[in-house]
Amino acid sequence: MAETLVPWIVALPGLGALINGLFGRWTGRRAHWVALAATGLSLLFALIVLNRTVLGGETIQVRLFEWVVAAGFRAEIAFLVDPLSSIMLFVVTGVGFLIHVYSAGYMRDDPGFSRFFTYLNLFMFAMLLLILGNNYLLMFVGWEGVGLCSYLLIGFWYHKKSASDAGKKAFIVNRIGDAGFLLGVFLIFQVFGTLDYAGVFEQARAAGPGSAAASAATLITLCLFVGAVGKSAQLPLFTWLPDAMEGPTPVSALIHAATMVTAGVYMVARSSALYLLAPVSMEVVAVVGGLTAIFAASIALVQNDIKRVLAYSTVSQLGYMFLALGVGAFTAGIFHLMTHAFFKGLLFLGSGSVIHALHGDPDEGRRQDMRFMGGLRKHLPVTSLTFYIGALAISGIPPLAGFFSKDEILAEAFTSGNYFVWVLGILAAFMTAFYMFRLIYMTFFGKSRVVPEATHHLHESPAAMTTPLIILAALAIVGGWVGIPGYNAFHAYLGPVFGTAAGGGEAHASTALLWVLAVVSVAIGVGGWMLARFMYTKNLEVPKRLSEKFQGTYQLLLNKYWVDEIYDACIVRPIMWLMKALYTVDAKGVDGTVNGTSWLTVWLSKLSGIFDLQTVDGAVNGVGVILTNWARGLRRVQTGGVQNYALAMLLGVFVMVSLYLMYG
Amino acid sequence: MVPGEYYLALAGLVFVIGGIGVLTRRNVIMILMSIELMLNAVNLTFIAFAKMHGNMMGQMFVIFVITVAAVEAAVGLALIISLNRRKATLNVDEINILKW
Repeated sequence: MAETLVPWIVALPGLGALINGLFGRWTGRRAHWVALAATGLSLLFALIVLNRTVLGGETIQVRLFEWVVAAGFRAEIAFLVDPLSSIMLFVVTGVGFLIHVYSAGYMRDDPGFSRFFTYLNLFMFAMLLLILGNNYLLMFVGWEGVGLCSYLLIGFWYHKKSASDAGKKAFIVNRIGDAGFLLGVFLIFQVFGTLDYAGVFEQARAAGPGSAAASAATLITLCLFVGAVGKSAQLPLFTWLPDAMEGPTPVSALIHAATMVTAGVYMVARSSALYLLAPVSMEVVAVVGGLTAIFAASIALVQNDIKRVLAYSTVSQLGYMFLALGVGAFTAGIFHLMTHAFFKGLLFLGSGSVIHALHGDPDEGRRQDMRFMGGLRKHLPVTSLTFYIGALAISGIPPLAGFFSKDEILAEAFTSGNYFVWVLGILAAFMTAFYMFRLIYMTFFGKSRVVPEATHHLHESPAAMTTPLIILAALAIVGGWVGIPGYNAFHAYLGPVFGTAAGGGEAHASTALLWVLAVVSVAIGVGGWMLARFMYTKNLEVPKRLSEKFQGTYQLLLNKYWVDEIYDACIVRPIMWLMKALYTVDAKGVDGTVNGTSWLTVWLSKLSGIFDLQTVDGAVNGVGVILTNWARGLRRVQTGGVQNYALAMLLGVFVMVSLYLMYG
Repeated sequence: MVPGEYYLALAGLVFVIGGIGVLTRRNVIMILMSIELMLNAVNLTFIAFAKMHGNMMGQMFVIFVITVAAVEAAVGLALIISLNRRKATLNVDEINILKW
């Protein structure tokens, strides 16, 4: 039963995309029914399968058919539902379905309605392929598929130049990572001779330190991590994610917060057996993750665009997940991935609801600008309440989901002895709480700064949009309870995948230390919250004074460390310069040669044309003229008078007879 | 007994008269009749030679020629009638559509 359903979980959204893609003109405004049916059934099947895997503790493996068979290389279309992909399956289908519902409301008046759902379903298809495939090749196919959908959806409003530019940027930056991933996959095949997870990890686990596999593992894992850095927007390839906010908000929620960007985390977690062989790579992952966490969080502190704050927050939280993976806390990383999907999806959908409410504003950029919000609590009761829950969850306030996952990561970082990344994590946690509540207070509290045109349009969003908010808010509250320290069901379930004993690293640390760490992380979260409350509700002049006093720092953060400008100067411009130089070579040199040749050819053809016209045609026409003139004279002979012919005949006979008589 | 050369001379005379008639007459019917004359001149020659050489082949040929001439006359007259219907004339000078 479950075995037959697994392929359908993947295929149904693909089918939905096919229907809406081919018959979009016909489905039109009803496109969401197709898309919802596809993802809804997919979710239902996923729940049936999850019932077997999560509650029944089974691992389901479905082999459909062999896909590529070539000398020594075998890849098959096969799906694997083990604990790790079960968690991902739950997150992707669950959050995906909710966001589909939300989109039906959010995109209702958009002219590209069916196109939107085509892309969204296609994305679900690719993402499910990515997480359910049982080998690296299938993962790569899904990996590229989600990248394509991300590009299509960021540039969904392609008539807006900024949107199409952002789409291209996302695609190109992702290519850099993809190249690394691909190299990693090649290396895996070269070293292990297979791309199947089972085969690779078995060999990797069997390989001791110092073996050939272990020495190759560092290079492999670093290559794979380059892919993860691109896809999951880590330093230094994170610049595409904030720009990706040009896409419709449900897209930001689904692809650029909850699912696609976590593909890198999933991939690293999936390859844990390889990473455990390569301590250097682990160190790199942890440090990159930690640095990204505070780097992005510090940018989020001063941004004014509501979606950009959330985007940098996402980058920062992804950094957290990598931090967890890097210190060996794979379970905690995946745990945070799941809770993050809930509360960040919720926050993005909430921001979408806010933007939706401000649709009266004629200036599109201003609709997302928090300086023109404030006091929306009264107009958007459901949105503001759920947003508040999301903010509490991400800030790590117990007993919401974010607390458990974040606390576990920080505790693991501390107990595993990585004090440096622990400090990075704590700093990021403080900033996270601060910028989230800064966002809350600027948006929902205080006096309204909404422009008059938009004020009377303010309204709570339709039920299609608020229902997913409420469900996600509920998940953001209870989602962490599966991982309560001491009764860590999540850990017990997922642990075996990573080859660690149930209970994990925490078991080695004393309970007292864990309590201290938990209190510290909660205190940090509450501290950030209170500071934001102090600065953005009571003493509104403080932020201004601070920004004036620390002008340099403020500008640095507001302009995102000028990373985009640095990339522009160091990479984009030299490439453009090279391109122009090559263009000049092309235009002057190559084109000159080509044009010269063609000029020569034209002249030669003109010459032979003259020869043709004068000489050859002259000869042909001359023959014609001569014959015509002759014929003109000769045809007089043909008088038409029968008697003339008879006379000629008689004369002929006479002549012949005479000749006969004379010489015969 | 009339000598054979006389027959031949008569036949030649009739043939020439017929030939001149074919070449000079303008009326189609007259031309047809002249051709008949030429045919009969040839018949006369056959008979003369048959008598001179004592060979009956000549006489047999004549019978054939007379038969064919009857048929030819019928076809010729039919052509003339058909021609007359198209052109409303029997003058050969006006029937010159065979030219360039």
